[in-house]
Amino acid sequence: MSYLEYNTKRMPAGFAKVLYLNWPLVALLIAVAAYGIVMLYSIAGGSLQPWAEPQAKRFAVGLAVMFAVAFMPLWFWRSIAGIAYAVSLVLLLGVEFFGTVGMGAKRWLVIGPLRLQPSELAKITTILALAAYYDALDLKKVSRPHYVLLAALIALLPALLVLRQPDLGTAILIALGGAVVIFAAGVHWGYFAAVISSGIALATTVMASRGTDWQMLKDYQYRRIDAFLDPSIDPLGAGYHINQSMIALGSGGWSGRGFMEGTQARLNFLPEKHTDFIFTTLAEEFGFLGASSLLLLYMLVMGVCLLTALRTTNRFGALLVMGVIGTFFLYFAVNMAMVMGLAPVVGVPLPLVSYGGSAMLVLMVGFGLVQSAHVHRSRLPT
Amino acid sequence: MKRSDREKEFSRRTISRRGLILGGVQLGIAGTLLWRLRDMQLNQSEQFRLLAEENRINLRLLPPTRGLILDRNGVLLAGNEQNYRVVIKRDDAGDIDLVLGRLAQLIDLSEEDIERARRDMLRNRPFVPVTIAERLSWEEISRVAANAPALPGVTPEMGLSRYYPLRADTAHVVGYVGPVSERDLEALEAPDPVLHIPRFQIGKSGVERMQEDQLRGRAGSQRVEVNAIGRVMRELDRVEGVPGTNVQLTLDAKLQNYAIERLHGQSAAAVVLDVANGDILALASGPSFDPNLFVRGISTTDFNALLNDDHRPLVNKTVQGMYPPGSTFKMVTALAALEAGVTDGRETVFCPGHMDVAGNRFHCWRRGGHGRVGMVAALSESCDVYFYEMAQRCGIDKINEMSTRLGLGIRYQLPITSVAGGLNPTREWKRNNRNAEWRIGDTVNASIGQGFVLATPLQLAVMTARLATNTAVLPRLIREPLERDGLIAQSLDLRPEWLRLIHRGMYETVNDRRGTAYSSRVVADGQTMAGKTGTSQVFSITRAEREAGIRRQEDLPWNRRNHALFVDYAPAEKPRIAVSVVVEHGGGGSTAAAPIGRDITLAALNSARPPLSAYPAPQRNRIHSEQQEMEERLRRPEDMRLNRA
Repeated sequence: MSYLEYNTKRMPAGFAKVLYLNWPLVALLIAVAAYGIVMLYSIAGGSLQPWAEPQAKRFAVGLAVMFAVAFMPLWFWRSIAGIAYAVSLVLLLGVEFFGTVGMGAKRWLVIGPLRLQPSELAKITTILALAAYYDALDLKKVSRPHYVLLAALIALLPALLVLRQPDLGTAILIALGGAVVIFAAGVHWGYFAAVISSGIALATTVMASRGTDWQMLKDYQYRRIDAFLDPSIDPLGAGYHINQSMIALGSGGWSGRGFMEGTQARLNFLPEKHTDFIFTTLAEEFGFLGASSLLLLYMLVMGVCLLTALRTTNRFGALLVMGVIGTFFLYFAVNMAMVMGLAPVVGVPLPLVSYGGSAMLVLMVGFGLVQSAHVHRSRLPT
Repeated sequence: MKRSDREKEFSRRTISRRGLILGGVQLGIAGTLLWRLRDMQLNQSEQFRLLAEENRINLRLLPPTRGLILDRNGVLLAGNEQNYRVVIKRDDAGDIDLVLGRLAQLIDLSEEDIERARRDMLRNRPFVPVTIAERLSWEEISRVAANAPALPGVTPEMGLSRYYPLRADTAHVVGYVGPVSERDLEALEAPDPVLHIPRFQIGKSGVERMQEDQLRGRAGSQRVEVNAIGRVMRELDRVEGVPGTNVQLTLDAKLQNYAIERLHGQSAAAVVLDVANGDILALASGPSFDPNLFVRGISTTDFNALLNDDHRPLVNKTVQGMYPPGSTFKMVTALAALEAGVTDGRETVFCPGHMDVAGNRFHCWRRGGHGRVGMVAALSESCDVYFYEMAQRCGIDKINEMSTRLGLGIRYQLPITSVAGGLNPTREWKRNNRNAEWRIGDTVNASIGQGFVLATPLQLAVMTARLATNTAVLPRLIREPLERDGLIAQSLDLRPEWLRLIHRGMYETVNDRRGTAYSSRVVADGQTMAGKTGTSQVFSITRAEREAGIRRQEDLPWNRRNHALFVDYAPAEKPRIAVSVVVEHGGGGSTAAAPIGRDITLAALNSARPPLSAYPAPQRNRIHSEQQEMEERLRRPEDMRLNRA
């Protein structure tokens, strides 16, 4: 558990680390961000303001943060994992009591000039904590019920706090991101089968609780589920978003309606067109070619990261990368499924493309961790 | 934790295996997303594009310009005027109260107007324009336009709205328009979509209502691109509508104006027909009302005043009012007797002032009797007993047949609302409606146009025109091309020798010293009238009243007095026009109705201004002052705007 465990003789140090960065990953991330900036320019009617330019600046900051994180040795991240997790839990509790309300939910914590969204932070710290947990845990104990339960608690505690805000999308992301790490660590698959089947049972119960005294979700959340199951029941109400989104997406066709020619986005039929529904605008204006190429880019990002995970013998690093990949995948899979009408509308942005600072920063920190794991990986003896 | 190489290797292999499983699952999910994307964008893209277009494009209707209504000479009776109005949009106005307050300093706005505007604004979506004030003057609209920077969200607009330049003159004929009501829509099987345009107006009465289809025209359309909240972004294309077709009436606006003014102060009706083709030259019902009030939305006070007036201004008495025709019906009885062959017309009947029929005594209006009278004198002096005798000889069936032949009891197809059919009573009618058998007394009453007989002023004018021409004149209100005039002149097949007697009787009514309308004679050459007076009883003077000293009509309350009637055609030698006048509760036909009939007849023959020379010399002073008094009320020719097509 000490620094010595790493093969220091082969470990790059100082500015030499730059040469050992995962450069293909950097290039892919820039390409993905470029998609977002182009779309934000189009949505603003061919203007850098109000979205494209700030987004570009944020991405530049994000890149800097990613490099900074990458240069820190991996052991540093492992050693602060527990503290970071504890801090994020405290912040989430702080939101619970002192949070400011925005868009019908308490998500923000304002400390002086800082506006924090602890739920975003929790996505990373949960993964960090779990990776460190399994790094420390005896391999033989991984599948023992007590230890599985403890890991599940580490993932579920922040998820439940976020759910109370309420922010269903982020809560799901945190819980599933944690689940990915637990799965990668080698926990017996039987636990997952049990969770999935009890999840189905829970969903049934949640739907059954509707309209009773012990109703488990807010009315608007039920309406979103209804609208998801049949968007046409209320085309101007809860189903409006998804209907308009699907119209925009479908009308894109093979090559799209052309740059800045998307009528659905330009005439405001699309809700949240610059944030959660930005993929719809992309699909409308650039068609199947544009949309599927972004999907391909995302898969390449994941593939490059997966290679890093496979090529390190460092258990902490490998688990961390798996967690980041999982979270990243969940981001875009949930978002795309949502705008295509395959999942209910939950507030999950399209990673690195949707307008917004918090999610981008967290993702760049995540990729910084991947880079760190890549730079500081334990090289296999040849 | 320090791990052995074996453990490290185990960990690495576990993570690799699990990582590949995860990767596979993720690849599978990504594949599903790709599949879904392909399905929507490649297979269903046509449908979705259609939906996107439906979203984007909004079809708007452009209301057509309503057709004009003109008189026979092209004088405008119903037109469209520029209507300046001020509208406001809530989302552009910002502080509504501030803007409305400023506006109230520029134009005349009542508290009520402001309150209504505010209510409308809050009820509608913020981008919907709400009308604050309408029918502003040019000065007012300029003030609003000049102060535009201080009035955000306020726009002066221009539209067309209906107006009736001759106001009350043609209210009953032309009618008026009003906003489309739920009832209007329900009455139509497939309502024209244009009817759903806010503020669209349709004909509510008169020609406006009956000729609605012709006047309305067809709506144009405009395709506009709208955004999600319905705001118009730009116009895509536009199809101009078809304006409504003009309707030209047979009325003569000047004569109509004269007739209305001549009836001034009376509850009365006058009809002038062109005997050659049935053109209705004037159809005046007094008192009238200003139809413009209805277009603008009449106030409850004004409406109640019209409704509660005992002279019933809202009723078109010319076609809706049904009156016992009284002695004006005697020509019908006379012709029925002639045709039945029960008299040759020269034979005389002795009038002792009354006649006893089946145990009842029927009086002649002249208590002392007329002595021996033939048909001509019976008509000119209006002897009742003569017609009692003739009616008993020929029977009600013959009278009824002749009455129908002369155009009574027929509901004429005219493009105006509430045309009544009058009543030609028959045995069958009485059985069905009064549940009693026809009695000889009913025939006797009918012979002088009393009892069950009812006729409208229009029917009386048609009757007179038919008597004058021996043709089945049909009244018409829509001007038709001249070449169609000949088609309607179908002969009535009344023998000339019969008509000579009738014409003689009607001529002497006006022009013989003993005639009932002698004081209303015309002395101008070629303008003499032939007519018939009538006085129809509404209530009998009761015994109690008689004992209380009430002998004369003037002593009775207005609404119990007799109706006064007069019909005539002129010129007597070569008839051109037929006139009927009914003055409700006017007293006697010769005193109340005949002078009006004479003046309207002279007006019709002399382009709406009777010449003083046409009156008998002794009357000229009085007539002159009457004319001067009336001239002030008459519309000047320059007020009659010609429509230049």
